[in-house]
Amino acid sequence: MSEAATTTAESPSLLEAMGGRALNVAESMGQFTMLVRSSLFWAIRAPIEWRQTVTQMLHIGVQSAPVSILTSLFTGMVLALETGSSFINLFNEPVFTGTIVSFAITKELGPVMTAVVVSGRAGAAIAAELGTMKVTEQIDALYTLGTDPVRYLVIPRVIAFLIVLPILSIFSDFAGVFGGGLVGYLKLGIPPNIYWHEVFDHLDTEQFFHGLVKTFFFAFCISFISCFKGIFTRGGAEGVGRATTEAVVYSMVSVLVADYFITAILVAIGIT
Amino acid sequence: MIDAEGVKKQFGPRVILRGVDVKVETGETFVLIGGSGSGKSTFLKSCIGLVRPDSGSIIVDSMDITKLRDEESIAKYRRKFGYLFQEAALFDSLTVADNVVFGLRYLRPDISETKYRAIATDKLALVGLKGIEDLKPSQLSGGMKKRVSLARAIAAEPGYVLYDEPTTGLDPIMSDIINDLILDLKKKLGVTSIVVTHDMKSAFKIADRIAMIYEGRILQVGHPDVMKITNNEMVRQFVEGRSEGPIKMKLKEYD
Ligand SMILES: Nc1ncnc2c1ncn2[C@@H]1O[C@H](COP(=O)(O)OP(=O)(O)OP(=O)(O)O)[C@@H](O)[C@H]1O
Ligand SMILES: [Mg+2]
Repeated sequence: MSEAATTTAESPSLLEAMGGRALNVAESMGQFTMLVRSSLFWAIRAPIEWRQTVTQMLHIGVQSAPVSILTSLFTGMVLALETGSSFINLFNEPVFTGTIVSFAITKELGPVMTAVVVSGRAGAAIAAELGTMKVTEQIDALYTLGTDPVRYLVIPRVIAFLIVLPILSIFSDFAGVFGGGLVGYLKLGIPPNIYWHEVFDHLDTEQFFHGLVKTFFFAFCISFISCFKGIFTRGGAEGVGRATTEAVVYSMVSVLVADYFITAILVAIGIT
Repeated sequence: MIDAEGVKKQFGPRVILRGVDVKVETGETFVLIGGSGSGKSTFLKSCIGLVRPDSGSIIVDSMDITKLRDEESIAKYRRKFGYLFQEAALFDSLTVADNVVFGLRYLRPDISETKYRAIATDKLALVGLKGIEDLKPSQLSGGMKKRVSLARAIAAEPGYVLYDEPTTGLDPIMSDIINDLILDLKKKLGVTSIVVTHDMKSAFKIADRIAMIYEGRILQVGHPDVMKITNNEMVRQFVEGRSEGPIKMKLKEYD
């Protein structure tokens, strides 16, 4: 009895809360779509702000390169250690370590780890910067000075991401495969020439392309989400903090989710 | 001419503007006064489309900002205006000089970039600033930021200027220099402007007409001399700055 009474008493507020939440999500989706649409509009209608774009490329590259290379190096190292030692147990020899490390790194871990690291580094920086600009009315000021935040802030960042993320990814690929070779040589006793043979006998441009294609989608996800969170920041310094955290979390999740679907499509069309 | 009619705006449940009617003639300096939080900045932002009114119309040169939908015509509309933000809103990643000339690239493609430096120095001199071109906004005082922002708002020589508290935070002499600047822009360039201010001395010096906003509506509009001797008790109380009168601020009572 009493339980039923509490449920009925609570259910309207629960419904209300869920409804409010759903409305918020719907509103955000609408705003996000508008942002992407407006980016297309300005990308076509007005010259690209190359000065801003280059500045952003340097920012993103310099901020993220060291961390992403380090992350990838150690990922390659641990991969080699894991596969090598498992194969020693199974076959008494660490065969195909180079093949497995290079496959895993170039197709999957290089691009994904880089995207995750860049979300946390450059994505957060973008959300914080644009969020601060929003709460101090600098975004409004752009409108009054004849330009548009999408044209001046968003497009340069999206383009910078589209150029820099693939490059960072390639660096990471090298670092990861190199890390694998290092551990293979020092800990598993794989001679370098064998390791590199294993790498290049099986790895071809298609696999490399498979990894690279992903990075473009990741670049879109991270740059648009971070810009979106920044530009729609509300509520002072606290709001900037919230926008920054949300930008990082949403970017990372979207990268991992997008990763699966892009891989599924690539597999379906035969780029494996 | 800026012709605002029945402008209404509420934020959530809080009704801020309940139907504001304002008609600013070309070449006129129109001063808007009113209590803190009465919606002066909100109205000014509505005029340039930074805030979208819930209803009403704001027509400038036969374009109605509340009806414009596509980004291109909104951008075209906004190009007519210079806007001084209450909190300056300088770009903190750029130097003072780059801030001042920021809009020229978009608003005045006829001016070559080689002239930017000279224009920045020139506009800064108009607001009484010298030798700060290469500083960042974070290195300036509040009043300096405000003046740099004013220089930025007028750099492209717009036909309409909306000033949100141009003299707040300035010393009395500097305030008067800014008053003269606003008068000068009107005389020399025929600028049409709306000035929001709490500074009564400035209001009476620069205004062609003064309007007082109260509870979301325009309470009274008139020539400065009329406003000085008005019978409206509320306007009087505000203009004379008295705490006793018909306008009651919600305060904690001491006893
Ligand atoms: N974006 C917003 N969201 C919610 N409320 C807002 C927003 N902008 C303004 N308000 C509210 O609208 C009211 C009017 O604000 P506005 O800034 O127009 O006042 P004002 O007349 O310029 O005051 P002041 O003289 O202090 O600058 C305030 O009560 C404010 O809380
Ligand atoms: Mg204000």
